[in-house]
Formats: sequence, C-alpha cells, structure tokens
Amino acid sequence: MTGHDDQPAAVRARRLEERLIAAGLASDEEIDEFLTGLYATASPVNGARMAARAWTDPSYYDLLLSDGNAAAGELGFGQLSYQLRVVANAQDTHNVIVCTLCSCYPVSLLGPSPGWYKSLAYRSRTVREPRQVLAEFGLRLPDSVQISVWDSTSEARYLVLPVRPTGTEGLTADELTALVTRNGLIGTALV
Amino acid sequence: MSLDAGARVRVRTGDPDHHTRVPRYVRGHTGEILAALGRWTVPDDNARGLEQPRVETCYAVRFSAADLWGSGDHTVTVDLWESYFDRA
Repeated sequence: MTGHDDQPAAVRARRLEERLIAAGLASDEEIDEFLTGLYATASPVNGARMAARAWTDPSYYDLLLSDGNAAAGELGFGQLSYQLRVVANAQDTHNVIVCTLCSCYPVSLLGPSPGWYKSLAYRSRTVREPRQVLAEFGLRLPDSVQISVWDSTSEARYLVLPVRPTGTEGLTADELTALVTRNGLIGTALV
Repeated sequence: MSLDAGARVRVRTGDPDHHTRVPRYVRGHTGEILAALGRWTVPDDNARGLEQPRVETCYAVRFSAADLWGSGDHTVTVDLWESYFDRA
C-alpha cells in the first residue's frame, strides 16, 4: 500500500487542492492567482529592506518595533494577512523564531520558508536547546548573550531585527539591504 | 479579563480531543504576560466550526527554559488565548 508520505509533496499538495475545489471552497483559477501573486512579491529582500531602513532611520525603527504592519506598509509591502511583530537583537540579547506547532512564517516578507524551518528537528529543538541549534547554523553566541525564542502560535508572525554590523557607517541603503540575510531575519544568523 | 505586562499566568493542563494552539510543552507551566497582541477567534472553536466561536484577547506569554525543561538559560515566548490559562 502506498502511504501519503511516499508521494512527492507536489502530488500531495495537488490532492489537497482538488479537495478544496470539490468542496466548492476555491477554484483552480483562484488558487493559481493567489500563488502567483504571493510568489511574485514574497522575498527576503522585503524584510532586509525593512531592517536596513531601521538601522538608518530612528523614527522608522520606532515604528517597526511598535507597529510592524504600518512599517511594512510604509515600504510598499501592502496589507499583511497577519500581525507583524518585530523583535530587535541587541549586544546582550539574541532573538530566534520558530513555529513548534506547524510552520507559521511571515512569507510575504521572507519568501517561502526553508525546508529546515519546517523540519521536526528545528521545531522541537529550538525551544529546548537554542544555543546548540544556533551553533549548528554556525552562530556561536557567547554565554553572556541571552537567547529569546519566539514560538509563533497565533495570528502574529515574528521577524528579527539584527544588530547593524560595525564598520557599515558609509554604506548606502541598498548596500545595507544586501548585508541582511533571510536567516538573519529568522535569527539563525547574526545578520 | 485584561492583564497587564508582568502578570503571572498558569497554562491549563487539559488535553482537548480537538485542534488547539497550546503547545504541550507549556501546559501546566507558569509564565509572565509580555503584551496583549489582539482579539482573535479562539482556534479551537474555529476548527470545530462552532456557530458562535469565542473571540478573546491573545497574549504573548514568556516562560523560562529552566522552568520548562529543568535546564537552560533562555526564555521561550508563546502566544496564548486567554482561555488557555488562569491567573497564577
């Protein structure tokens, strides 16, 4: 007997789409339009632009931390389908995002989530031993740095604001944006 | 119920036979309210298709690793609807 787990993800996703269509909840056209629209604009460059702007504009920094949705809107990223909460790293604090129950993730600002974010290992170990998990990503934090883990269990989606690297004072907005990685915005890298 | 930051809450220990958004690892543990996030439909009621699902305030609640796991110096913050916990 062939179980669901033996089938490629695309086949399983298609089965789910067919059930939605059969139930009258969505049409093929609506699903295509939604996915096309999402992937045309969803990219970690969006989150990177927000971080770079916050590094150079104190009022934007304040807005980003107090009202992430408004901050996303100010850079033209439109109406988010979730509440965006941005948590800022500091010299003595490092934040990291996980969703232990499934794989909640701010897709429109980070692009499709990486496979490891959805893995059982990342989801179960990050809340339990984040320092070791981060070390496996190559991020070895001093013991003096407090780690704060955010488990996305609600309508809120989290984004990490990395600390601006030293020696970047002369860089342009585009050059700063290029420094910020998707992993930095999840918290599995420093920037 | 309206809780200020710093209030202590204890997560209920029940194990419902329907969908819920309470991770098992915080059940029975005491945490501290960080912030109220918003008022949203309780996922348990939504998943069961209840005609009048509860709409409740959802809070970011912070737990210490030492309390959750018996070791570790980090914190874990989980978003919890108010019917998921009681005042500690």
